Amino acid sequence: MAETDFLSGGLADPVLAGQSAFRAIMQAMAEPGTVQAVADCPTPPSGLSRTMAAIATTLCDADTPIWLDVALANDPQVVKWLAFHTGAPVTADSGAAMFAFVSDPSSMPALDRFAQGTDTYPDRSTTLVLAVDAFDADQPLSLSGPGIESTRRFAFAPLPEAFIDQWSENRARFPRGVDLILAGPEAVACLPRSTRIKSGEH
Amino acid sequence: MYVAVKGGEAAIDNAHRLLADRRRGNRDVADLGLDQIMEQLSLAVDRVMSEGALYDRELAALAIKQARGDLIEAIFLARAYRTTLPRFGYTQPVDTGRMQVERRISACFKDLPGGQLLGPTFDYTHRLLDPALAGGAAPETPEVREPDAAPMMRVSDFLGQEGLLEPAPDPADKPVPDDIARNPMSYPMDRDARLQALARGDEGFLLSMGYSTQRGYARSHPFAGEIRIGEVELEIAVPELDFAAPLGRIQVTECQMVNQFQGSAKAPPQFTCGYGLVFGQAERKSMAMALVDRALRATELGEDLTAPAQDEEFVIAHSDNVQATGFVEHLKLPHYVDFQSELNLVRQMRAEVEARGETHQEAAE
Amino acid sequence: MNSLDAGREQVIATYNFAYLDEQTKRMIRRAILKSIAVPGYQVPFASREMPMPYGWGTGGVQVTAAIIGPDDRLKVIDQGADDTTNAISIRKFFERTTGVETTTLTADASIIQTRHRIPETPLTAGQILVFQVPIPEPLRFLEPRETETRTMHALEEYGVMHVKLYEDIARHGHIATTYAYPVKVEGRYVTDPSPTPKFDNPKMHRNPALQLFGAGREMRIYAIPPWTEVVSLDFEDHPFEVQAFERPCALCGADDVFLDEVITDDRGGRMFVCSDTDHCNTRQAEGHAGEQEA
Repeated sequence: MAETDFLSGGLADPVLAGQSAFRAIMQAMAEPGTVQAVADCPTPPSGLSRTMAAIATTLCDADTPIWLDVALANDPQVVKWLAFHTGAPVTADSGAAMFAFVSDPSSMPALDRFAQGTDTYPDRSTTLVLAVDAFDADQPLSLSGPGIESTRRFAFAPLPEAFIDQWSENRARFPRGVDLILAGPEAVACLPRSTRIKSGEH
Repeated sequence: MYVAVKGGEAAIDNAHRLLADRRRGNRDVADLGLDQIMEQLSLAVDRVMSEGALYDRELAALAIKQARGDLIEAIFLARAYRTTLPRFGYTQPVDTGRMQVERRISACFKDLPGGQLLGPTFDYTHRLLDPALAGGAAPETPEVREPDAAPMMRVSDFLGQEGLLEPAPDPADKPVPDDIARNPMSYPMDRDARLQALARGDEGFLLSMGYSTQRGYARSHPFAGEIRIGEVELEIAVPELDFAAPLGRIQVTECQMVNQFQGSAKAPPQFTCGYGLVFGQAERKSMAMALVDRALRATELGEDLTAPAQDEEFVIAHSDNVQATGFVEHLKLPHYVDFQSELNLVRQMRAEVEARGETHQEAAE
Repeated sequence: MNSLDAGREQVIATYNFAYLDEQTKRMIRRAILKSIAVPGYQVPFASREMPMPYGWGTGGVQVTAAIIGPDDRLKVIDQGADDTTNAISIRKFFERTTGVETTTLTADASIIQTRHRIPETPLTAGQILVFQVPIPEPLRFLEPRETETRTMHALEEYGVMHVKLYEDIARHGHIATTYAYPVKVEGRYVTDPSPTPKFDNPKMHRNPALQLFGAGREMRIYAIPPWTEVVSLDFEDHPFEVQAFERPCALCGADDVFLDEVITDDRGGRMFVCSDTDHCNTRQAEGHAGEQEA
């Protein structure tokens, strides 16, 4: 890859692309477990998925410290690309990050290692962005809570380790806790901290 | 026959045309130029820049003209424009010790290095209306001092040498100050965020709050340690350069109020400082700001909270005139729905009272 | 070019899509996502000065500006009506700064910005209702300090609110709050529905639309996601009830709607008509008639 490749791969119309990506994320957050298409993604270096890049350019800037997992943090092209296209400062402290980007969910730190917010300011928590391969894997999850009429079947892969247990602990901390944005192939789904997850029957 | 009210759109357009007409006034009178406002109503321009939080004389003059001289409306125009401007960076902290001083007075010392400089002040004018001014008489040419590039030491520096004045806060304790325009305020606030809010705060409100401390509501024994007005250089750090790049000069007014302090569990007896810094020539505002800043330091200095001016939430939440005027004036908006709800409730309660056979007269008997 | 020329050139033509700069939109968007994740919790945000005064809908306008896109169709109402002056002013603002299509039909709108009402026509999944909120804190008139109310929310200490409502009952035999009637969202946060009449409270409960609330001057955003439990506070022996009107709308005959009282002459003559003008017009177009039309 050329020295200056990180300069390229932005969006032709960042204003409208950012708006439509945000609406997809917002709709996904409002209706947990629904999969929302993200049409217009940037073209980042190969280490970063296009959907993750869209989320980063839509939500992150100089005001949002971001945390990168090992694979991303060790990829200089990714680090440079994110710095140039978002301006977000990278932090090594997962508890200080407003957003955390996880390219490999199966080896991510425990959810409680990230900022959980406080009882008075539960919004001061980390939003995790996880790269996922698919939303139609095995292990269907049964979701309930705000944004869901009764229950909703959902799946994504790969799952972080002991995810169901970790999530039920996260739910128990409500209103503190982290929120998840799952970045699939040109689509997103969300799990806000308000969602309850049961491992559903097949 | 009743037909639902329509035509709001045409009414709004008509009202705006009428406003433009009244703004212009009698066409036989010359149109007011922005240069006239900048030159001859410069203190109004300064207030709009200061509370509008936008240092641009020409835009402030335009705002004043557009607002028909209503300064709070002009401040609002400046703020609403400012909020759309992209941020390119942050300047280095301004060093007012290096100010190119036009006015500098201290009420604490008869004379001091650099001297007392009265400058263009209303002080000691007799407030007699001047008919000559109405006639457009040309003023005499004043004597002016040669510009002096040497820094003028601040009164606080003299007092500090003896250890009798609390040291100024160390910038290293908080290298990146808060920015209330970028981050939502939360209470309790740090002093830097509070000062930013006060700098944008309404002059009239701060004046009353500061005045209340002088009348005994959190008395702080203030002395005008120093008031200085002049130009300071703005500089910005550019990563590619190994020196700070100059951006230009702005006029500011700085007030350091020195207050006797008898000491508390948290601090020894000493002089403490209230601080005011505002754009342009705005002496009253800077003094009021310094009084209020000192009053709001009560918790930090371990003083009893007894007065409105010491109440951070009360003062800061109500100091912004753009917020205040908006919410007060929003009472002009229709409230039919809420009023209908209340109307029904009052009728219901009235009927209930009458059904119980109670009247106020009986209750009184 | 001096700064004024720059200022002049930027008028409208080169203001960003939906007025706000992108950094501001990102900040508001982040707050919106948090507000959806914690239903009913008031997320602080760095509210901007808008070109209309605080208290006139700047919170709702900022929320709408942060979410709106070219594919949206916007409806703006004030007091339930599309043609009240402030609704017109806000609708024109978005027409000028975004060029999106606007509508008065509730069913056709993807985003509805409202002050003081929830439309009578039931909302559907995918629609977004944006409320303009003057005082977002339901406990504010019981406790003026933000530091105190924030702690009360953190500890779920809502006793003062029940005491206030109960004092009403002791005094009047019923609760005397008729608008901005507090609700509990998903069993956790006591939340202000904005100054809508309590008539509209039941519409918030398990609504398929996303409800977003923006308070500009008070710098708070909060949300009620679709299908969320929204319960109006009450007591077992004094259950919550909505206002009832003695007669139907004089224009369309609807008897299940909120009515405005209109004074028709100077001798005490009055009539009652729908506050929701779109609902009333639609019903009249469908052939419904009230006593005036009959």
